Amino acid sequence: MSAHHPAAPVGGKLFNLPVMICSVLIAAMLAILFVRFIFGLGAVTNLNDGYPWGIWVVFDVVIGSAFACGGFSVAMLVYIFNRGHYHPLVRPALLASLFGYTLAGVGVLFDLGRWWNFWHILWPTYANPNSVMFEVAVCISAYVMVMWIEFSPVFMEQWGLKVQKQKLEKVLFFFIALGTLLPMMHQSSLGTMLVVMGPQVNPLWQTPIVPLLYLLSAIVIGYGVVLFESCVAASAYRRQIEMHLLQPMAKIMLGVLAVFMLIRFGDLVVRGALGHALSPSLEAFFFWLETACFAAPFLIVGTPGARRNPARLFLAGCAIMMGGILLRINGFLIGYDTGLGVDHGWNYFPSIAEMIVTLGMFAIEVLAYIVITRRFPVLAREGAAH
Amino acid sequence: MATRRDFLKGCLAGGAAAATAVLPETACARDTLVRPPEGLGLLYDATLCVGCQACVAACKRANDNPAEFTAMDNLWDTPLDTSGHTFNLIKMYRNGTMETKDSELNGFSFMKTSCMHCADPSCVSACPVSSMQKDPVTGVVSYDPDACIGCRYCVAACPFGIPKYQYDSPTGKIGKCELCRHRHEDGHYSACAEVCPTGATLFGRTEDLLAEAKRRLALKPGEWTTVPRGRLPATGETPEAAAKWKGPVDQGYQAQVGNYLQHVYGETEYGGTQVLKLSAVNFQKVGLPDLPPKSSAASSETIQHTLYGGMIMPIAVLAGLTWVAKRNVVPDDDDKGGQS
Repeated sequence: MSAHHPAAPVGGKLFNLPVMICSVLIAAMLAILFVRFIFGLGAVTNLNDGYPWGIWVVFDVVIGSAFACGGFSVAMLVYIFNRGHYHPLVRPALLASLFGYTLAGVGVLFDLGRWWNFWHILWPTYANPNSVMFEVAVCISAYVMVMWIEFSPVFMEQWGLKVQKQKLEKVLFFFIALGTLLPMMHQSSLGTMLVVMGPQVNPLWQTPIVPLLYLLSAIVIGYGVVLFESCVAASAYRRQIEMHLLQPMAKIMLGVLAVFMLIRFGDLVVRGALGHALSPSLEAFFFWLETACFAAPFLIVGTPGARRNPARLFLAGCAIMMGGILLRINGFLIGYDTGLGVDHGWNYFPSIAEMIVTLGMFAIEVLAYIVITRRFPVLAREGAAH
Repeated sequence: MATRRDFLKGCLAGGAAAATAVLPETACARDTLVRPPEGLGLLYDATLCVGCQACVAACKRANDNPAEFTAMDNLWDTPLDTSGHTFNLIKMYRNGTMETKDSELNGFSFMKTSCMHCADPSCVSACPVSSMQKDPVTGVVSYDPDACIGCRYCVAACPFGIPKYQYDSPTGKIGKCELCRHRHEDGHYSACAEVCPTGATLFGRTEDLLAEAKRRLALKPGEWTTVPRGRLPATGETPEAAAKWKGPVDQGYQAQVGNYLQHVYGETEYGGTQVLKLSAVNFQKVGLPDLPPKSSAASSETIQHTLYGGMIMPIAVLAGLTWVAKRNVVPDDDDKGGQS
């Protein structure tokens, strides 16, 4: 197979426009969080008794962690399906995952109403193993640790810790296996979280197979995010796009996506829930929007010729990410209504402050990605490709 | 070389995860739980309710809750719905001319909104830190703020919209009816039933309350019958057992039988609830959800136990993945860049 090429720091200045914008957003986020912790959740969020979960849960955690599945999806391709030539994609994907997940974990703390008790979730005398959220919390915590271990050779390389790196690499295969299992567990469980909400969730998204749908879509989103990030990183750093890797990977992505779509619609037909998609309602509109986003990649990059166009790969990545956002927003917010039988009139739309915090979290990710890729060996050394 | 065989082995490991589907589900299925035999609860009869809100005020006092002001003058407690500070509320259904009480058409009706104390509560299943618990004897669903992390999964999970978070405080708690369990020791039962002037809200063992509800449904609308108030004594209750509770037992009076729908709400919903309801107006129209006999907690935990029962599946998948990864992981060697 093709030799894989060592990674190298990109180098360059750390002070530039994107870094400044990120810093401003992070400062704004910190100001809002200060108010939130002094005066409570009600002071900055639009959360209410009908919508106890807003974008800090649904976007920062549920969607954020799905977007951070690039590392999981690519590592599975390379190490489990033994597709070694995708190796140059592992480090950048893992880096994005690392921050996505770490920040999802931190983001939870902002949203917890009684955050000083957060350790109870991992404490045997308090933990409730029957709770889906308990399983999600344990697996995400474990996965964050596993990912830092998986990524640590990067720092060891940069700091010249050769002996430690060799020792770690002898056991790395186990952490890679664990790093494949844990996302399978909690990405599916993020979907299972809907099950206990029962009929409050619209039948278009409330299904016994929701764990499988969330797992498959997370894998697809993982590849979509890698397409998106590779294109963005290539244009920002004026590097060549790794087309020889992205093309076949896009094909694999379409394969998993096709399986997802078959199961998604098979389930709707078997349960007889498709009728809900034909009613003139907001839920139906968003269902078709979600479906359109998941179907779009087949039109955008369905042929080998189309997959040779980087712009199309980028668009396909965006469409998948959009579909992933919608699948999750639809289940947890748009298709969720606690006012059964009677319209209680509960509405939720995130406040500006909530959005700034979510943006600030995203800014931390971008900032960290820039600093680390410029200073540590993450991206493949330029000129080594093909 | 990455061969076809390696690829197939990868598929095998990945496929192990998908094998969950073929596991016999019955082995891990979790049935809907049933009410504990001595479980306590309430019977709310909408046809007896006069909407006086005495129970709302008593609940506020019993739970030390502040008034909630929504009117122009902050002179009286005007909660718009149950909340983190209001655990009980009487709501009103209105239709057309509102002439006739307990009539769906051109009438009005009341409905009590408070915790149903489910046999198989969604909030207890959802809570990751066991701060929502169901008492094995009384069946009361209780909340422990010292355990709670404030994740509000219970709020999202409850189909009745009962647990609610106090957003107005940096140390907000979840607020919900706990059937006045903090007053049971002193011989006081639920404050709402204690003060109800018409016996519309009645306290007792759910088993006895269910029998009383069915007795009322069997009567002819309009005929006179004796209606108990306060606490319904258990069938064959000994004087010792009766002495546990303060207040007179025999507060019954003569009332006319309502024009009931032939359904005791809470008998079967989600495996049953310990708070039961009678109404002459469609239950969905007075704000109660139409729930199947199977609880969502059972569905959720069946999925979890199927996948993670005894951690057998995850360990098996991990073993497969480890075996495959060990073959495929090649050390990143700077000077020897090569993948065999």
